[in-house]
Amino acid sequence: MTLRRIRDASIIPALAIVLALVLGAVIVIFSSPLILGLDFTLPLVAYKALVEGSFGSFDGVISTIVNAAPLILAGLAVGIAFKAGLFNIGAQGQFLTGGLAAAAIGAWLAHAPGIVAIPVALLAAIAVGAAYGAIPGFLKSFTGAHEVVTTIMLNYIALYIVAYVVTGPLRAVGATFARTPDVGNASLPILVGGNGHLGVVFAFIAIPVAWWLLYRSTIGFEIRTVGAGPDAARYAGMRPRLLIVITMAFCGGLAGLAGAGEILGLTGYMPAGYSTNVGFDGITVALLGQAHPVGILFAGLLLGAMRAGSGLMQIEAGVPAQMVDVLQGAILFFLTAEILVRYIFRIRARSAKVSELQTVAETYGGQAAP
Amino acid sequence: MVVTQAATRPAALEMRGVTKRFPGVVANDHIDLDVRRGEIHALLGENGAGKTTLMNILYGLVTPDEGEILLGGKPVTIASPSDAISQGISMVHQHFMLVPVLTVAENILLGEEPMANPVFMDRKGAHTRIRELGRFFGSEIDPDLRVGSLSVGWQQRVEILKALYRNADILVLDEPTAVLTPQETKEIFTVLRRLTAEGTSIIFISHKLYEVLEIADRITVIRRGKVVGSRIPSETDEDDLAELMVGREVQLTADRGESHPGEPMLTVSGIQVKDDRGHEVVHGVDFEVRAGEVFGIAGVAGNGQDELVEALAGLRKPSGGTVQLSGRAITGATPRRMHNLGEGFVPADRHRFGLVLAFPLTDNSVLTSYYRPPFSRGLVRDDDAIRRHAEKVIADFDVRTPSPTVPASTLSGGNQQKVVVAREFDRDLKLLVLDQPTRGLDVGSIEFIHRQVIAKRDAGAAVLLISAELDEVLELSDRIGVMFRGRIVAVMDGRSATREEVGLLMATGGREGPPPIIAEGAA
Repeated sequence: MTLRRIRDASIIPALAIVLALVLGAVIVIFSSPLILGLDFTLPLVAYKALVEGSFGSFDGVISTIVNAAPLILAGLAVGIAFKAGLFNIGAQGQFLTGGLAAAAIGAWLAHAPGIVAIPVALLAAIAVGAAYGAIPGFLKSFTGAHEVVTTIMLNYIALYIVAYVVTGPLRAVGATFARTPDVGNASLPILVGGNGHLGVVFAFIAIPVAWWLLYRSTIGFEIRTVGAGPDAARYAGMRPRLLIVITMAFCGGLAGLAGAGEILGLTGYMPAGYSTNVGFDGITVALLGQAHPVGILFAGLLLGAMRAGSGLMQIEAGVPAQMVDVLQGAILFFLTAEILVRYIFRIRARSAKVSELQTVAETYGGQAAP
Repeated sequence: MVVTQAATRPAALEMRGVTKRFPGVVANDHIDLDVRRGEIHALLGENGAGKTTLMNILYGLVTPDEGEILLGGKPVTIASPSDAISQGISMVHQHFMLVPVLTVAENILLGEEPMANPVFMDRKGAHTRIRELGRFFGSEIDPDLRVGSLSVGWQQRVEILKALYRNADILVLDEPTAVLTPQETKEIFTVLRRLTAEGTSIIFISHKLYEVLEIADRITVIRRGKVVGSRIPSETDEDDLAELMVGREVQLTADRGESHPGEPMLTVSGIQVKDDRGHEVVHGVDFEVRAGEVFGIAGVAGNGQDELVEALAGLRKPSGGTVQLSGRAITGATPRRMHNLGEGFVPADRHRFGLVLAFPLTDNSVLTSYYRPPFSRGLVRDDDAIRRHAEKVIADFDVRTPSPTVPASTLSGGNQQKVVVAREFDRDLKLLVLDQPTRGLDVGSIEFIHRQVIAKRDAGAAVLLISAELDEVLELSDRIGVMFRGRIVAVMDGRSATREEVGLLMATGGREGPPPIIAEGAA
């Protein structure tokens, strides 16, 4: 039963990955230098380097995990919202505002003891991310504004808030480019390898916490009920409006924590042109992980591994590191195309053909879900 | 006699040895069915018996594995609904396939627009033909009326008109009377007889036994994918048909026994409720339900019952009036407060409100009580306690399911409803609000749920029953209120009230004159 559920849930993501690798191979072959002719072995060389770079050495593994951590947190920020029936495209904005808060508080407490500076900076990032996530929650609950629209707009607002704050009030004096001052003592301690910082641990703690919350707690049950049957939730005495705000705040907090990890653990400051797309990549991670914490863990590790191995791939196969973005895009494409295909198929089934499943359901006296 | 005439007529349609297998189930097992010209042939069977599959095969929606279909003696292949239509087979679905904002004519012409020339439609010709076809209905129908403004009975006529416009020789009617009042049903029966007099054959799908006996020339009963018998109405009765359908003896009328009403439990005074668009649809209704009695509210759908129920369940705030539950004011209270005060509520739409279809039965069995011990302590759910509860519910209410962990969506409608009923009945109740508690269920499940309702009443609960099924209201209620245009226009004794009496009140609200063509509040 459980095994079958796992198989059913992972079949589509697995197919999407395979298809993306095939498509990636075709692109690699055709982009190889034409003077040498088409090198059909090049994709294998590239993928081998990708695996070696990410899992082939101790440093590679550390790099994979460090890259995966923010993706996992952002993936949870999108995935948990999915469970409540919300499409949180705003993880990027929550990530940026959370990161900015960590940078600001970190700079402010740069000379305070780390034991004080680090927790305060982390909590500030979580709080700001949560508040930034709660905004679209409020708007959805009390005005009906769709979260997809509001979170996209809030992403831009976050982007420009960062640009303004970093180039204006918080600009580090004497820096060669616009950035915030160093976070000093607030930077996260390196626990393992070259850059295996403390922030990574939070991502791996967040997975079981999210799982427990969703599947073993009453509030998680309420969140999932609101997502799967909003009217049933109302009937059951739950408060969907409040739950939407809570869920969005929780997701925003996770994205904010991801931002804090990047700033306090890796860069040590917030640059004006901070251009990582962790929040958007979180959408891919959540979809690839089928919005389940364990799936998100694996999806995050996969994408993290691709980032970690891209450097070696460029060196050994001469394939640009940006190839991993192509792969990631292709994965997302095949994931959503599958949904699209299924969607289109259902529409057809309604208007002309009755699908087998629907008919079986009706034959048993049940009705296929609308 | 009509019967003997019909029996000697040539066959319009023959289905021979039609078999359709789905994974794990034979939906149709060598079914033979023949329908003669000008005959009304009733297809009777419980939900899941295979009627729908058979008709989907006839209408080209499902491809049979074996068997053949003959029209007028010639074998035909029906691969799609358009094949079916071009061969003169039309289907009127239980849920109307009409576009409310279009006119009668536009709905009828949809997909088959007659062209006067390559650019413009021949509206005039179409209108003439529609008016001409209106003769079957005894009164002309205005092709320019918007369908959304018509009463349900007339919307159904538009569906039939659509079929006639496409020159249907064989008309399949899927539960055509499910949404009609007894008066409207009579009128539609007259229409059907006019049609058969002109040679149309009708396949009439229903589970209402007395209707089938009244309208059909022949009756074929299907159980578990097989034809289990054919009857002529004059040679059978309701008990015989019910037994054929279910495969065992069925008690058609619940033995409700004497009721012993006690103190008023639910007191509703002057309640006013608005619908989603902000129009008041319940205009100051007063009634009370006593402990140990069933108070039934009869009424054609859309007369404010939905909003009234939602107000009593805490899903909608009343705009005026008061509600008391055993002396305590609960006007505008939340669903959870009402639940905690001892109100059980079985909502009409089990797919939208009563269940979360994607969730397992375990979660659904505690949907309204998950937050309380023993199912949870604080934030922590106790999955073992929940599972034990689900297993008890499944055993006590005879829910047919392979396991308590399968999603609710995999159960049949009857078993889904049993889960909802079990959840709401499984505690001491002061008040039980039942909104269409047996809609779409088969005879066996209805029988079961009705017995549970009577048991709850006898245990001292006040039961408020809202149902569009007049028979259900008549069968269970100790007192009956008739709701019309947002008011309760009459309260009658449940034992002496007759179907005709209540039906007339439902249709007219007690005023003289024929039932309106235009729906209430739409014009």
